[in-house]
Amino acid sequence: MNAPSTGSGPRAIPDRLEGRWSSLFKSWETLLIAVAIVVFIVNALSSPYFLNAWNLSDATFNFTEKAMIAMAMALLIISGEIDLSVAAIIALASTAMGVALQYGAGTPELVLTGLLVGLLCGAFNGWLVTGLGLPSIVVTIGTMSLFRGIAYIILGDKAFTGYPPGFAWFGQGYVWWVISFELVLFLAIALFFGILLHWTSFGRTVYAIGNNLVGALFSGVRVGRTKFILFLMTGLMSGIAAICLTARLGSTRPSIAFGWELEVVTMVVLGGVSILGGSGGIPGVVIAAVIMGLVTFGFGLANVPGIVMSIFVGLLLITVIGAPMLWQRLKGERSA
Amino acid sequence: MQKLLKSRELLLAAVIVLLLAVIAWRFPGFVRPRNLANVFNDTSILIILALGQMMVILTRCIDLSMAANLALTGMTVAMLNAAMPGIPVPLLIALGILLGAALGAFNGILVWKVEIPPIVVTLGTLTIFRGIIFVMSGGAWINAHQMSAAFKAFPRTPLLGLPVLSWVALFMIALMVVVITRTPLGRAFYAVGGNPTAAVYTGIDVGRTRFAAFTFAGALAGLSGYLWVSRYAVAYVDIAGGFELDIIAACVIGGISIAGGIGSVGGAVLGALFFGVVKNALPVINISPFWQLAISGGAIILAVAFNARAERKKGRLILRNREAAA
Amino acid sequence: MLQQAQPATVNKAQTPANEPVLALSGISKSFPGVRALSGVSLELYPGTVTALVGENGAGKSTLVKILTGIYQPDEGAIRLGGEEVSFPTAYDATQAGITAIHQETVLFDELSVAENIYLGHAPRGRLGLIDRARMNRDASAVLKRIGAAIDPDVRLRDLGIASKHLVAIARALSVEARIVIMDEPTAALSYKEIEELYALVERLKAEGKAILFISHKFDEIFRIADRYTVFRDGECVGAGLISETDHDALVRLMVGRPVGQIFPKRDVEIGQPVLTVSGYNHPTEFADIGFELKHGEILGFYGLVGAGRSELMQALFGVTRPSRGAVRIGGEVAVIRSPAEAIRRGIVYVPEERGRQGAIAGLPIFQNVTLPSLSRTSRRGFLRLAEEFKLARQYTSRLDLRAASLDRDVGTLSGGNQQKVVIAKWLATHPKVIILDEPTKGIDIGSKAAVHEFMSELVAEGLSIIMVSSEIPEVLGMSDRVIVMREGRIAGEYTREGLDAEMLVRAAAGIGGNDANRK
Repeated sequence: MNAPSTGSGPRAIPDRLEGRWSSLFKSWETLLIAVAIVVFIVNALSSPYFLNAWNLSDATFNFTEKAMIAMAMALLIISGEIDLSVAAIIALASTAMGVALQYGAGTPELVLTGLLVGLLCGAFNGWLVTGLGLPSIVVTIGTMSLFRGIAYIILGDKAFTGYPPGFAWFGQGYVWWVISFELVLFLAIALFFGILLHWTSFGRTVYAIGNNLVGALFSGVRVGRTKFILFLMTGLMSGIAAICLTARLGSTRPSIAFGWELEVVTMVVLGGVSILGGSGGIPGVVIAAVIMGLVTFGFGLANVPGIVMSIFVGLLLITVIGAPMLWQRLKGERSA
Repeated sequence: MQKLLKSRELLLAAVIVLLLAVIAWRFPGFVRPRNLANVFNDTSILIILALGQMMVILTRCIDLSMAANLALTGMTVAMLNAAMPGIPVPLLIALGILLGAALGAFNGILVWKVEIPPIVVTLGTLTIFRGIIFVMSGGAWINAHQMSAAFKAFPRTPLLGLPVLSWVALFMIALMVVVITRTPLGRAFYAVGGNPTAAVYTGIDVGRTRFAAFTFAGALAGLSGYLWVSRYAVAYVDIAGGFELDIIAACVIGGISIAGGIGSVGGAVLGALFFGVVKNALPVINISPFWQLAISGGAIILAVAFNARAERKKGRLILRNREAAA
Repeated sequence: MLQQAQPATVNKAQTPANEPVLALSGISKSFPGVRALSGVSLELYPGTVTALVGENGAGKSTLVKILTGIYQPDEGAIRLGGEEVSFPTAYDATQAGITAIHQETVLFDELSVAENIYLGHAPRGRLGLIDRARMNRDASAVLKRIGAAIDPDVRLRDLGIASKHLVAIARALSVEARIVIMDEPTAALSYKEIEELYALVERLKAEGKAILFISHKFDEIFRIADRYTVFRDGECVGAGLISETDHDALVRLMVGRPVGQIFPKRDVEIGQPVLTVSGYNHPTEFADIGFELKHGEILGFYGLVGAGRSELMQALFGVTRPSRGAVRIGGEVAVIRSPAEAIRRGIVYVPEERGRQGAIAGLPIFQNVTLPSLSRTSRRGFLRLAEEFKLARQYTSRLDLRAASLDRDVGTLSGGNQQKVVIAKWLATHPKVIILDEPTKGIDIGSKAAVHEFMSELVAEGLSIIMVSSEIPEVLGMSDRVIVMREGRIAGEYTREGLDAEMLVRAAAGIGGNDANRK
């Protein structure tokens, strides 16, 4: 650090004090990677079936659909909003595809239906939040009931089945060897959102809004438009997830993807995105998704029921958020 | 008293009365006192939970773990009863309330001392509580035949024409009116949620107040745990699954602002009752019960939109000042 | 130089007791990056009004917060009636008999007036429950005592800003206190209400209370205070009896140098109108606004807090929507619906609430600077960091920003440096009109001078500036023309020549001048 302080006149301010890469070593993502490696090793040691390409490939299905939504949700939460209706959008989109199927829709029409319903639901949420200025956490609790409620009205306790084999490929197909279509799609989506958030001016405005909404507005950021687009993208991702999930299960019930909204939010928060908005990034969320997938898979191999794993995830969530805050507090009190 | 009947509550009451009138027009049986009492009894647990959630929301927090708390305490008292039928029911209820309060206090301590955002805390404890139930019960159900007769009978016992369950709800409403309007703590809930910075200036400890709200909400969830399990005579991991959002929805419909500091006991009760009326009316008027979810979703959105309109910031009103002064 | 005057000498009102009821000594308080108070002393005597004067950012508010238990001092002692005390919470300070009328309204919209007044110390009845009837009665009595005709049962949100302020005063007086702190109590009040407040202060004095009176209005200080203490940059630079000092001496103590030097306004040739506003109205905040801003001009807007100046500026910037009226930019009619549109038209706004509306804490300095200019620094929507750093470097170095590096979080900077980042952000958009709302509020003297000098430079380069300011020396020193606003309307317009502080104050308060019939 050589910033000579001359007596008068403007002095040069360096752009950066630390290299762009040096800060990486103490970042949240690094910690998450370490956790992922530990989980991987523990799993590999505890089960002989873990280190098998096909088993690992199967494990990816535990998280890919949720993680697709988590990518868009990460941006939404960074901007200071939240969408709790994503799982309900899956239910509604899946039901709509089932209805389309009854009218003889083929695979392209089914996919189109899923995407369209996702977009419409996202637009509705976006309109309620940005158009009417309502708080997203309550509004999306409302639309969550509304969207899934419509699915229930249409389906009741029945189910749609009999999706065409071509459609099933979206949820069960493999692109190459053990690499599933879902995994490739997820990676493409992650790449898209990573670039969008970190390398474009749109991403910059997302951070600005999340850190200080009024300040961003006063800086000429079109806050409403940006947030609307984010809700639209979250809806679209839910639609895509609905296509994959429906294709994978081969059936639609109104209870499909029940409770996923909380898992998606957990994934995002675990990935280092502040629930208060303003900070976090896509790489962390991707690693968090992988960790959650590996843990589920490992517990599955060890015959531990999924619900026990939820204790683990809940504790992880609280510890991971609480530990840094507690540490900072203790540090602050010691220095005071 | 007139504070209780602010326009929001009046309007909601009017909506409920209108709803009842429409139903009565075709199905007069629905509004017979006996049936209305049934509807109230059916909504009692939701009312009790909404009162707890109201306190939390007033302090600008949210508790997503109430239903999981209910399930955990419910399972605990059910297992105790199944294992040791000798424990008297009042003691079990007290245990349930205490356990619920302890679980709520755990949320509260994380919000107060560790300063984790409430939504994250309760999202975590929601899954933890459910997981603990599974570990505790091994995934098994506690069925009616494993529970003692006294255990199941308490909420159903008629007393002056109403089941005890209804009386518990009525007592809780009365208690909450007193706590909210007549105790310093109740007023502190409003202060902390309405203007946390200013609350500090008036000597109110924001964190401690929130802790109190979470603990009380937990106690009410614990009480509801026993009531739920004994009323439905069954306990398993997923009881009241997804109910946490119904509780919040009841509060929102009742005009309690998610931003904190705005709301009333009357609103929470009416919000819950709205739910109860819709749920009980659907089968009567021959609409599939599958409509219920969509109707409550629509109601939440309308309620939020309406509340937001009423709450909208009025600005400084500089010009009106002048007119008032002149 | 601390001129410690002897008590028990001549005094306007009555002879103060020899012993101070409250004595602070060696109080220091630091915040990350700022030393707000360093070793200050203060003594308050019963039946005496002590004026605490100092510029914004001198440490007055920090001292009030220490006295009321919001902050804990890092070092120093508080003695109450000779005994050393500490106030861990606001409650403890109230219990010790210290009450305060805070600058920010410390009130709750959803509670009733009576509840606001008695929150934390409500009268209790049976079972320890709040006795509502008695609370309302007591509240009526307190409100009556300060001459406010407000129903104690009404909800606070239904009151206007002046009434809310009266409730805040009633709240402070509802506790049995020995010491009353008034932090700019008259800032939002009308002429008549101010007179009533003065009468109240006299009554409190007569009751033997010790009063700490913080004010920026010199006429007020000389009218009601008995003693004074001056703070500058977190230090106590003088104290004594009001009767032994005068206006100029106080100002010298406050700013530490003669007044003329801090306002380096250069003469610039004034050109054609750039911005013309006519018939501008807002449903609740302002009415009948019309003015012109000329090329190379600094147009000052003076008025009391709550006169509608910020609201007017935010409407011009597209944040709020006016109900009627026309804005012309360079002769062309402009309808501005959003800040983005205002920026495109060349109007930018440096807000008063720097933390909330100006700087975006959490984002680095360079990202703050480039936020409105992203379309220029990015290519097809993709960020180009090198371009961003270049732009940020260019404008921050012009403003002599002091920071460790440009990728530092803007929230870690001092108020003055944050303000420089906000101004740099706007200059990077090449504006035609720059609106500065209280540009030097709460920033240190060094940065202040830099901001003033910079304003002169900008108009010399052909920009036009609207400066909203409540600091009379700043308004007088910097403006080519001054518009005074009162209660949402224009109360007068003055050119630089022959303008003095008294004219501004009169117009802003609605006494004499063009509004002589109003009393």
